Amino acid sequence: MTTTETRTENGPARRHGEVGAARRRKEDAHLLTGQTTWTDNIQLAGTLHVALLRSPMAHARVRVDASAAAGEPGVVAAYSGADLADELPGLPSAWQVTPDWVAPEHKPLAVDEARYAGDAIAVVVADTRAHAVDALDAIEVEYEPLPVVLDMEQAMADGAPLVHADAGTNVCFRYSDTFGDVAAAFADAPVLIRRRYVQQRLVPCAMEPRSVLVAPVPASGEYTVWSSTQIPHFVRLFLALLSGVPESRIRVIAPDVGGGFGSKLDIYAEEMLLFALARKLGRPVKWTETRSEAFQATIHGRDQIQDLELAADADGRIRGLRVALLADMGAYLQLLTPAIPLLGRAMFPGIYKMDAYEFGCTGVFTDKTPTDAYRGAGRPEATFAIERLLDELAAELSVDPLEMRRRNWIRHEEFPYPQIAGLTYDSGNYEAATARARELFDYDGLRAEQARRREAHDAVQLGIGVSTYTEMCGLAPSRWLGERGYAGGGWEAATVRLLPTGKVEAVVGTSPHGQGHVTTFSQLVADTLGVPFDDIEVVHGDTAAAPAGLDTYGSRSLAVGGVAVWRAAQRVVAKAKTLAAHLLEVSEDDLEFADGTFAVRGTPGATKTIQEVAFAAFAAHSMPDGLEPTLSADFVLDPDDFSFPHGTHLCAAEVDTETGRVTIRKYVAVDDVGTVVNPLIVEGQVHGGLAQGIAQALHEIAVYDADGNLTTGTMADYTPPTAADLPSFTLDRTETPSTTNPLGVKGVGEAGTIASTPAVVNAVVDALRPYGVRDVAMPCTPERVWRAIHEAQGGAS
Amino acid sequence: MTRISVTVDGLDAVDEVEPRTLLVQYLREDRGRTGTPVGCDTGNCGACTVLVDGRAVKSCSMLAVQADGGEITTIQGLSDGDGMHPVQKAFHERHALQCGYCTPGMVLAAVDLLREVPDPTEEQVREGLEGNLCRCTGYQNIVAAVRDAAAELRGAS
Repeated sequence: MTTTETRTENGPARRHGEVGAARRRKEDAHLLTGQTTWTDNIQLAGTLHVALLRSPMAHARVRVDASAAAGEPGVVAAYSGADLADELPGLPSAWQVTPDWVAPEHKPLAVDEARYAGDAIAVVVADTRAHAVDALDAIEVEYEPLPVVLDMEQAMADGAPLVHADAGTNVCFRYSDTFGDVAAAFADAPVLIRRRYVQQRLVPCAMEPRSVLVAPVPASGEYTVWSSTQIPHFVRLFLALLSGVPESRIRVIAPDVGGGFGSKLDIYAEEMLLFALARKLGRPVKWTETRSEAFQATIHGRDQIQDLELAADADGRIRGLRVALLADMGAYLQLLTPAIPLLGRAMFPGIYKMDAYEFGCTGVFTDKTPTDAYRGAGRPEATFAIERLLDELAAELSVDPLEMRRRNWIRHEEFPYPQIAGLTYDSGNYEAATARARELFDYDGLRAEQARRREAHDAVQLGIGVSTYTEMCGLAPSRWLGERGYAGGGWEAATVRLLPTGKVEAVVGTSPHGQGHVTTFSQLVADTLGVPFDDIEVVHGDTAAAPAGLDTYGSRSLAVGGVAVWRAAQRVVAKAKTLAAHLLEVSEDDLEFADGTFAVRGTPGATKTIQEVAFAAFAAHSMPDGLEPTLSADFVLDPDDFSFPHGTHLCAAEVDTETGRVTIRKYVAVDDVGTVVNPLIVEGQVHGGLAQGIAQALHEIAVYDADGNLTTGTMADYTPPTAADLPSFTLDRTETPSTTNPLGVKGVGEAGTIASTPAVVNAVVDALRPYGVRDVAMPCTPERVWRAIHEAQGGAS
Repeated sequence: MTRISVTVDGLDAVDEVEPRTLLVQYLREDRGRTGTPVGCDTGNCGACTVLVDGRAVKSCSMLAVQADGGEITTIQGLSDGDGMHPVQKAFHERHALQCGYCTPGMVLAAVDLLREVPDPTEEQVREGLEGNLCRCTGYQNIVAAVRDAAAELRGAS
């Protein structure tokens, strides 16, 4: 049976000990005082600086002569893609989603054809960054423009220009799945809702631009790579696989990393290129992207067209769902590109029961920056679709949207619940989260105000948006990944060491870049070992110190990595107990362990602290037979299954029907992320997630002109929200522990982003229903809102 | 090359710089003050904000030669050595940073804001920090931290 408890925001921790305490972060001090090691901060003697020439044309045959740049001041070397073609292997795409996918070669420097504006075609290496950039002007390039294809539907038409002529098609893959009897579910359905929604292309905009520094030791063939990456272990693996240099000679360090959101979950051209240049030139080489480069050369997110059909009974009970997606790959496949829309495959049904479900997805190449994982990666798109459809269904039947959800959702006593797409939801209590959200929001009061404003034909209308989401966290059971064509696994590794001084090192394979793992994992270890929080160091992000790991993405770090840390700490306690029993000359069964001390039952004073045991294990003067010296343990954890956090988000938006301006008046988020280790960090993750989801709903879109130029290529044009654009959020939690891991944790990194986009758009549309509006395409900018009103009213826009 | 004389975090410096050198490049590459990061190339993000003669300046939008004769305070020189400035402390207490990349600029912009508006409303903080982007926090805890620091600074003065 699940237990559900409600805690108030910033309330005192319920539990004793560290887990549940709002610990302030260990990570903060150096970040607050500028004592940081961002990759670009690292200065090594003799470093050469790299600048890249990028194609200004979205599709062109290129003939590049870099030789003239070699004579420019300070220049050490200059190469075209053709110059390095034999030395640079193609970049990897690790998730083959169908047996017959099309995966075109993706060279770090394009050899004779550029396929998106920003595709790198030549490189200069010089003594200073300024010299390298200056010398780009001396490179001679002839561009022969080729036809550009930007629209997915046009790209699939007969005779469309091809992004990759050799492939003979712009279709990367076609995937489909059917669950239940879809035809029967749709036959004679009393209610049929058919909609097309567009998930606009987004730019992740982590605040730290990417940066790579590679330092070789030519005499020994060793390399140290610093990269602003979420995945140092993957970078090392792929550098080794593609270069032939043994992994043991490659050390990859992710030092301080300034945000990622999926955009640094990739093997990038510049990482491969700089490794090759360091190898070739025998000197350290460094590259840091400008923000303008980042807009073009760092992956984009979303970009999906969703054709949706929902069949329901007359009372709104869902019978079936059909989903047909077009997903824009961009010009090439990056590490996980084709898999991103398919990560949403099983999440379109959301928290609802239904008889049948059909999913289809076609991946399409276009002459644009490649897409890949961006916060939520496939699940925000799925959640948006189903949560928008539920609101449309409610409106069609004139039923309150929360009531419509109640009629269809999985009830709390039905968990674990095998949902229609084959996943088993571990636990949840949608009733409890919704009741709490409703209360905090004053749902009935705001509905009454909405009715008054509608009655009064107020120019500023009030809309109420609902989102009752779930998502899958904890990537991922390795067997599940293998069955779906992913090349790697989903386990996570940890080592916990009690050092001779009694201090603790927890070595983890996750690689944080803002998430607060050092603090969270310290709390887990402190409780398990009974040692002070401040005595624990968490070591991460360096393959020399933490050689095993699969890094940070997919809300996996606590649900997979945290469990590995906890298991390793438990093993340390078990070993310490064996040694303590030996030292105290009793049976292990006679010992109890609490607050870091082993005590012999019934014998006051016969104790050993775990720190004393640690020193005894180090000195090793008296070890029991078969017990190795030192007090350390490893654990590699492969998760049994996913975990499924959920929540109810309610948004009240005021929409000015004369200007189209949307203002969020109130936003309540009640999330259930299972057991909470640090409520302060969880709230921070939700705040940031909400901001990014609201940004998709209201602010952000990557726009290309007809020639394939990204016209929203700066922060000024792309308009990520500022402090003045966002409201304060009201948060609360219910807590239904996960049943798929022993900590009961679920994951929180993506929840806010997944939930908030449909909540906001539902609010905007709800405000405008009296005007006949039933959709506003994202982002709901004043112009788009205004046009939607005028189009619905039959006026020219 | 042009000669400039500046004070950076309390230390006097005389350097020859190319006229095109941005103040942030000078601070990072010539003075080694890498605590000031670069987040964009269009003056939008505010990550590189420093104080020049006490006023917040985006150091990517000023040439080093324009700072000649000036007194520059970066995040590395904000506290006087023993502990942190009240704004830094409040950011820690309120969990107002995650990845920390925007933090130096956000803290210094807040210091300048509180000099001008010692007791800001939530709206004044949000408007006052509009020139500094954060992608992690959703700003809520930053706003709370700045208002906490304001109270602390008013109490101290």
